Amino acid sequence: MIAPTARNDLILIGAFAAAVLTAPLWLAPIGAGYPDLLQKFAIYGLFAIGFNILFGFTGYLSFGHAAFLGVGSYAAVWSFKLLTMNVLPAVFFAVLVSGLFALAIGFISLRRTGIYFSILTLAFAQMSYNLAYSVLTPITNGETGLQLTTSDPRILDKMAGIDYGAALPTTDLFGTEMTGYPGFYFCAVLMIIGFVIAVRIARSPFGTMLRAIKSNQNRLNYTGINTRPYALAAFVISGMYAGLAGALLACTDPLAGAERMQWTASGEVVLMTILGGAGTLLGPVFGAGVIKYFENIFSAFNHDILMSIFDFLPGWLQGIVVTVSGLFVGEGWHLTLGALFMIIVIFLPGGLMEGVGRIAKLFRKDGGAANSSVSTAPGE
Amino acid sequence: MAKFDTGVSRRNLLKGGLALSGALAAPTFFTRHAFGADFLNNPGNAASIKLGFNVPQTGAYADEGADELRAFQLAVKHLNGEGDGGMLNTFSSKALKGNGVLGKKVEYVTGDTQTKSDAARASAKRMIEKDGALMISGGSSSGVAIAVQGLCQDAGIIFMAGLTHSNDTTGKDRRRNGFRHFFNAYQSGAALAPVLKANYGTDRVAYHLTADYTWGWTQEESIKNATEAVGWKTAAAVKTPLGAGDFSQYITPVLNSGADVLVLNHYGKDMVNSLTQAVQFGLRDKKVNGKDFAIVVPLYSRLMAQGAGANVKGIFGSTNWHWSLKDEGSQAFVKSFGAEYGFPPSQAAHTCYVQTLLYADACERAGTFAPCEVVKALEGFEFDGLGNGPTLYRAEDHQCFKKVLVVKGNENPTSQFDLLEVVQEVPREQVTYDPNIPQFAGDLGPCNNGA
Repeated sequence: MIAPTARNDLILIGAFAAAVLTAPLWLAPIGAGYPDLLQKFAIYGLFAIGFNILFGFTGYLSFGHAAFLGVGSYAAVWSFKLLTMNVLPAVFFAVLVSGLFALAIGFISLRRTGIYFSILTLAFAQMSYNLAYSVLTPITNGETGLQLTTSDPRILDKMAGIDYGAALPTTDLFGTEMTGYPGFYFCAVLMIIGFVIAVRIARSPFGTMLRAIKSNQNRLNYTGINTRPYALAAFVISGMYAGLAGALLACTDPLAGAERMQWTASGEVVLMTILGGAGTLLGPVFGAGVIKYFENIFSAFNHDILMSIFDFLPGWLQGIVVTVSGLFVGEGWHLTLGALFMIIVIFLPGGLMEGVGRIAKLFRKDGGAANSSVSTAPGE
Repeated sequence: MAKFDTGVSRRNLLKGGLALSGALAAPTFFTRHAFGADFLNNPGNAASIKLGFNVPQTGAYADEGADELRAFQLAVKHLNGEGDGGMLNTFSSKALKGNGVLGKKVEYVTGDTQTKSDAARASAKRMIEKDGALMISGGSSSGVAIAVQGLCQDAGIIFMAGLTHSNDTTGKDRRRNGFRHFFNAYQSGAALAPVLKANYGTDRVAYHLTADYTWGWTQEESIKNATEAVGWKTAAAVKTPLGAGDFSQYITPVLNSGADVLVLNHYGKDMVNSLTQAVQFGLRDKKVNGKDFAIVVPLYSRLMAQGAGANVKGIFGSTNWHWSLKDEGSQAFVKSFGAEYGFPPSQAAHTCYVQTLLYADACERAGTFAPCEVVKALEGFEFDGLGNGPTLYRAEDHQCFKKVLVVKGNENPTSQFDLLEVVQEVPREQVTYDPNIPQFAGDLGPCNNGA
């Protein structure tokens, strides 16, 4: 890829910010330009960026990151319930709580590496899920999920004299409601900030140390370097990203459910990162976008929509084409996603970013001497 | 390593900032509320309207979801004047003419709830924000129904709940924009208890296995209260995770608990598994306290009976509706559903079909799609001819009050669909309760037009 000079990084960040902020325009033609999906793109993009710091940079595959997402959500909703409907305290507490939670889990899990580490994080996440699902029902409201009620105390709002009347209050940022497009821009700005931080980490000595841990931790240990604090820092940082993503989920839709912590949700972020390209800066964001697009748009194609798409075909052929393609959309969207995932892992082990790199190479005269994304093929 | 302060001059920063603010402002020109609309997704002069059908297409309740979707599609056909009209011909309100709703053709969008609150809300939001749906219906789990109902209330859209049996949907979590036609756990208890008393006597000890979520909890509470009122005792109530698959570890302790009745507060594939395993463990051949051991499934459905096969024979439960009912409305519905798909509809299909018709009829009577007017048209609406006899949409909690069926697994089924036998049609008076009893106390709040 392009050499990581300060100038190129600045161009990268600028282009990224511009692309994200204009997303409502260029995503509209493919049916994704509506606020809820845009918010999901930004939030899960942020989640994947954070996950990539641990998995892509440091080489630790966590199968329990959804736990931090869930903890962030619960913390944010409790902030809405107890303090104020303003999103800033919610974001702050969510990042804080999930950071502390990640510190505790990371402290224990990081005593092992490789598959044992993955299993430990998976076990912790599943424990958190079951706790949230039934044992901690007074805090999490179990399966139904934690919701706002009109009788919540909201101490700071009361002190500021804000009265929401009989209707349920909505989240806001100093008066701007955090639903629809304003909600998306709030998430988008935080994702851009998150992206900038990830770029800075990647270029810092700390980032170099993380990559060293990924390439050969034993060698580092033999040279007398204690790698644990670095790995733990990466773990906590990525846990805080997940907590922030969880808080944003709660800001745009003030509800927190236990299923956010389920192992399938943890697996989803792994898929996002691998699909987009682990270890690359932009890859996880692409991966998150592709998966959320499939989940929301492909799952909504039904028989009638397919019929109208293939309207130009003669009647008998239309029936066959619709029946066959119907297997891959609607309830079959998992199938399409699975097939796409297999194709990418087999032919582009570096994820979508490797595909982008190869296309870019075709257009470059020098044949692309420095293709850094190939070296980040996921091992698991 | 890399230094950022190289190459960013004040001039570049200003330029960048300007470009950024331009990019930020641009999309606001394209937002939906650019011009005033008196309610969200107002179709205005459009020739068609969109309804959103949000059902589980994957997961433990996928069978119910598939059947619900069939019913929705049938309802849309009938509203648009295609097919034989189904229950439109027997419905006591004659506002619908078979030319769509308020002269607009009815179209629909579908989505997969995955039986998860998050996925269901994302799917419902897509329908509201992207497709411009005026009403959301569906759902086959109370947790999801409550989550989507809350979303529709906040957005300003009507929610016509599909299959949801928890007391909370129209109890503690009731909302002004949400309506439920399906019966609830409390009504199951009120309908079942006298039948259980007549068949098993007053001196029984029950053991509950309960799906661990809102519906399971309220059903356990309701059945416990109703059976204890006729003199039964409760040995224990154990929570099982949703979608557990293997229930053997929960069934083994039942035998040593001294209980002589097992109450399965499960639904969908969970109920199929737990019932099958309970029968395989030989519970029904046991004699405890000198009495035959009995199993009760408070919420029954034909789809589940089909899954559990011969194991359901002689087991009592309750349902909202069953295709073997002989009234005009049920017959018309079964006929047109059968003609379309080749088999009789389930109770999930029935309630979704009826909800769609009721919404369309309310819009027609209100003369507008504005949610607050539709709410007024539905509140206190008394109707007949939709399969459950005379029915009231109660204004206080948006719950329908109608007959509830007590059914029993058929001992001698004549076909693969003839698995349940209606024991009693419990009259509406017996299952009516005060909207503010402690299990139900909640607040509808104000109605919301969105926009």
